[in-house]
Amino acid sequence: MSHFVRRQRYLIDFTLASLGRRKGKNLGLLGVYTLIVFLLASVMLFSQSLRREAGLLLENAPEVVVQRMVAGRHDLIPADYLERIGKVRGVVAKYGRLWGYFYDPAVQANYTLLVPRDRQIKNGEMIVGHGIARTRGLGAGDYLTFRSAQGQSFAFRVADVLASDAELVSADLLLVNEADFRAFFGITAGMYTDIALEVRNPREVRKVAEKLSVMLPDTRPILREEILRTYDALFQWRQGIVFVLLGGSLLAFVIFAWDKASGLSAEEKREIGILKAIGWETGDVIRMKFWEGALVSLGAFLLGYLAAYGHVFFFDAALFAPVLKGWAVLYPRFHPQPFVDGLQVATLFFFTVFPYTVATVVPIWRAATTDPDAVMR
Amino acid sequence: MIKIHDISKVFNQGQPNEFWAVRGITLDIDVKRVTVLRGPSGSGKTTLLSMIGCLSRPTSGRIFLGERNLSGLPERFLTQIRRETFGFIFQRFNLIQGLTVLDNVMLPAYPLAPDHGALVQQAHALLEQFGMAAKRESKVEWLSGGEAQRTAICRALLNDPQVLIADEPTANLDTRLSQEFMHIIDELKAAGRTIILTSHDPVVSDAACVDRVITLRDGQVQDS
Repeated sequence: MSHFVRRQRYLIDFTLASLGRRKGKNLGLLGVYTLIVFLLASVMLFSQSLRREAGLLLENAPEVVVQRMVAGRHDLIPADYLERIGKVRGVVAKYGRLWGYFYDPAVQANYTLLVPRDRQIKNGEMIVGHGIARTRGLGAGDYLTFRSAQGQSFAFRVADVLASDAELVSADLLLVNEADFRAFFGITAGMYTDIALEVRNPREVRKVAEKLSVMLPDTRPILREEILRTYDALFQWRQGIVFVLLGGSLLAFVIFAWDKASGLSAEEKREIGILKAIGWETGDVIRMKFWEGALVSLGAFLLGYLAAYGHVFFFDAALFAPVLKGWAVLYPRFHPQPFVDGLQVATLFFFTVFPYTVATVVPIWRAATTDPDAVMR
Repeated sequence: MIKIHDISKVFNQGQPNEFWAVRGITLDIDVKRVTVLRGPSGSGKTTLLSMIGCLSRPTSGRIFLGERNLSGLPERFLTQIRRETFGFIFQRFNLIQGLTVLDNVMLPAYPLAPDHGALVQQAHALLEQFGMAAKRESKVEWLSGGEAQRTAICRALLNDPQVLIADEPTANLDTRLSQEFMHIIDELKAAGRTIILTSHDPVVSDAACVDRVITLRDGQVQDS
């Protein structure tokens, strides 16, 4: 074993023995520190997981959506806009979409009704998202009745329930066929909610959007990357809210930890004097204190992060899920897939381990550079 | 030979509370002898001892260890000399509370990072020599005054120093323990170590093993 490593081991041995002398105080500090890291890491891991999940789900969404605007508000778009768009270079497919929202007073929740392109649904039937099925207690063969825009009742038979793996965005989804959709919402033939365009080359997407703005001045193109950015912003905003709520306790901890780490007791100063008098160098004393700060903060970081990992990925982030997920009113039953972002770990590490270690070492500097003869007095 | 040439030490220089603890002392201290610095409180014994032991620097003057001038050395070298040449026994023993006897004894060697097994063996041998082997796993706060002092002696001897420095070593001991301590000093002298003590305890200054008593008063040598 090299001299350097052996020396660090001796210093760590002494530091551990030192920490063991004030067991209650140091365990208390470690506990609170771990809790803070746990809370922060839980929020970060869960938000990251949500953003990633949303990103994965949007992978198959169209690159560009064209919405018609009337007086600054989204309006239905006529089917002849598809012809007006004609042939734009780079666009591999274009089609009208039908979707809308419906408020169900029975459960006080909003549903998203959608006409799928890739699924045939019979008249009077629908396919429901997992969230709706769970909330309304539905299974295949059950009937669900809604009151339409014209005041008529529409009874739909549940043909199927969507798989739960994409529940984050499909929890509130209701799939019906085009005829039922138009009849239910009173949308005449030849009108769509919006138009979707598929663009194969991602570098052409912005150019296509520019052309559309010129060609159809009463529309707005929405890009998939913009939606992703919106999701990102939304989840970051929610994460921010939780961080603000945690802010108070975080601040209290920072004050407590700073005070604990930076304040040297008379006993500690005396010990530094003894160590120097018996032959320790200033550098040895500083290194020993560095290990003290590093062991406490690193221990808290590892314990807190592992606990947060377990909390988010094995217990579905039970503490924060309602605040961070919050999709409509039907909370999706969503199991985050284990995913750790290196940059995020590094950020958390930097903001938890680094300040505490520095706060431990800096005041020692002054104490350790004084003459050791104080112990003789 | 430790040569002390015209050394002075002032505290709070230039301040209203400026205090000259040592004033122009010149002395030669023989090796392999027991030298006692005697004098009343405030006479400068401890200040002189701490400068000899490289725990502090003189304001002026020079201290030579053999041919080497210690006064102008940077802190790092002073620490190295202190570690290799001097062993300290403090008035209140200055053991680290909460640690065991064995841990306290091994502490001076930590910065040198020797092989752990060899270090433990060396510490055991010292504890055995001073009758402390049975107490090696005891916390130092459980020790009696005599035991604490023997632990401090073991710690001072761990790095095998040439010079042993003890500041008022019998101040917290009764007469029997003080005599026991001086018996240990006699053995250490016989083993070839140089010993410098401060004390105003007659048990120390009158002990048969003491070769020289230097009396200090008001920071100056009154009688050597």
